[in-house]
Amino acid sequence: MQNVNLKMSATTYHKTVVYGLVSLLAIPVIATLVYSLAQRWGATITPDGFTFDWYLQLWQDPRFLAAFGRSLLLCFISLAVSCALIIPTIFVVFYYFPRLDSWMNLLILLPFAVPPVVSSVGLLQLYADGPIPIVGTPWVLIGTYFTIALPFMYRALANSLQGINLRDLMDAAHLLGASTPRAFVSIVLPNIRKGLLASLFLSFSFLLGEFVFANILVGTRFETLQVYLYNMRQTSGHFTSALVMSYFFFTLFLTWLATRFSR
Amino acid sequence: MSELISTASSIKKPSNGATVSTVQEAPRVKPHYKHWRPALLLLPFCVVFFFFQLAPMIWVFVNSFIYDESWSVEHYHEIFESDFLLQSFGNSMSIAMWSSVVGLAIATIGVASLRRVDCKIRDWVVAFTNMASNFSGVPLAFAFVIILGFNGAITLLLKQWGWIDDFNLYSKTGLTFIYIYFQIPLAMLLLYPAFDALRDDWEEAAALLGANKWRYWLHIALPVLSPALLGTLIILIANAMGAYASAYALTTGNYNLVTIRIASLVSGDLFLEPNLAAALSVLLMIILGFVTAINQWLLKRSYHAKR
Repeated sequence: MQNVNLKMSATTYHKTVVYGLVSLLAIPVIATLVYSLAQRWGATITPDGFTFDWYLQLWQDPRFLAAFGRSLLLCFISLAVSCALIIPTIFVVFYYFPRLDSWMNLLILLPFAVPPVVSSVGLLQLYADGPIPIVGTPWVLIGTYFTIALPFMYRALANSLQGINLRDLMDAAHLLGASTPRAFVSIVLPNIRKGLLASLFLSFSFLLGEFVFANILVGTRFETLQVYLYNMRQTSGHFTSALVMSYFFFTLFLTWLATRFSR
Repeated sequence: MSELISTASSIKKPSNGATVSTVQEAPRVKPHYKHWRPALLLLPFCVVFFFFQLAPMIWVFVNSFIYDESWSVEHYHEIFESDFLLQSFGNSMSIAMWSSVVGLAIATIGVASLRRVDCKIRDWVVAFTNMASNFSGVPLAFAFVIILGFNGAITLLLKQWGWIDDFNLYSKTGLTFIYIYFQIPLAMLLLYPAFDALRDDWEEAAALLGANKWRYWLHIALPVLSPALLGTLIILIANAMGAYASAYALTTGNYNLVTIRIASLVSGDLFLEPNLAAALSVLLMIILGFVTAINQWLLKRSYHAKR
């Protein structure tokens, strides 16, 4: 009997801790949600009334729509470029030069280890003028976003490739008369599709939240969602909250897609 | 331009070099000979990676030693002479340390309990943590203004209850709170798999031998988990030292942190000194390297290495 009681209290304790932690993490999100729906929430603990006006105002603001469109376009192009660069590379590494994999694992640590602020110091000086003047244009962001997406995509693809028996599959395809490119397209690609899509959705939500490179390297010359959000800080807090929540639900949707595809 | 061409050719070198050597060895290792064409496929990747990851790092390192177009350690000298710049390092390190340790402690307690609740709740919480880890940077700073700003809901609530007189979110304490908030989900995601190392029967065995919960955690669970805990701590510290967006959005660059100093020296309104920013960056990287080295040393002395 005592044992049962002990077990019950342990379960209650663990549940309390987990729910407590979840509520702690949820407070800022919920507060922003309430604030974005509140008519007025001045120097009181609870808001005065609720309205959808802030969302309507936001979704009718041409500057917001333009910034959102730019962010989406930028993320799409960056990820397309990343795919074009990373997929052939990882295939060549795994099929022809398996020993390079450990080197690649070291290389992909660099975007993690070097803070974006540090990279942007060099990028600003190298590409502000001179032969490749791309600072202030989306091009420099596409390059840096490739380095941000690289670790995620490489790890996800490496895991997928380790999961299939690449050498045997390719040998079988060759025996059946397929050329290496053909075998790659019709055998390898379908096999790594799941991991690739999951990593793409994750990278997409990550890139959509990128602020440091976008603000330092480009700023208002190609205003992305995060830079727009920052520049709107002087306007109504309700408006920015509606903006934050719209962004949040969009990334939520992307993460949901990612988990669906990784199953 | 010539510099670019030389860098481009230096990237090509490894693959070219490899093909040359395989050509020479061709009679012996025949299969390797045909690999030069696939190796060419690596080239675009290497070029882009070089231009956007390696070249900026090299520029930062080299230019931190250039003062008035000649080699010198003047910038480093300037940093160590300047109380203001040293303060930025002190602030960054103390916020990074506090937020990492507190965040890690909360996450450890959380994950330990998370492993003991039903499967359904667990999956849901992991998904939620994933989501929370995405809530960072500028949006997070704005959310914190709403709850903990001068007129924030929680500030007012605590004031009404008489728990606090005033709370300044735009101070070191305020920033540490924000940092702790974004460290917790990251720490939980990193630690969660590591708890697989703990086996349920250990706790029962310890209990049979007369150990209570505290002794089990102190003498068994924490030592077994120590490599994971230390590794996570390093990632958290590095993450906090390099963080920029939340602090910048919250204080519009008025709080003295290393990353904010670096950014203002290259993109601020006045006093652009990219080479001084480069020197600050190198010192920041050295600190991160030093922390990692200490971590590796501790890891070697930990429980798992001894076995």
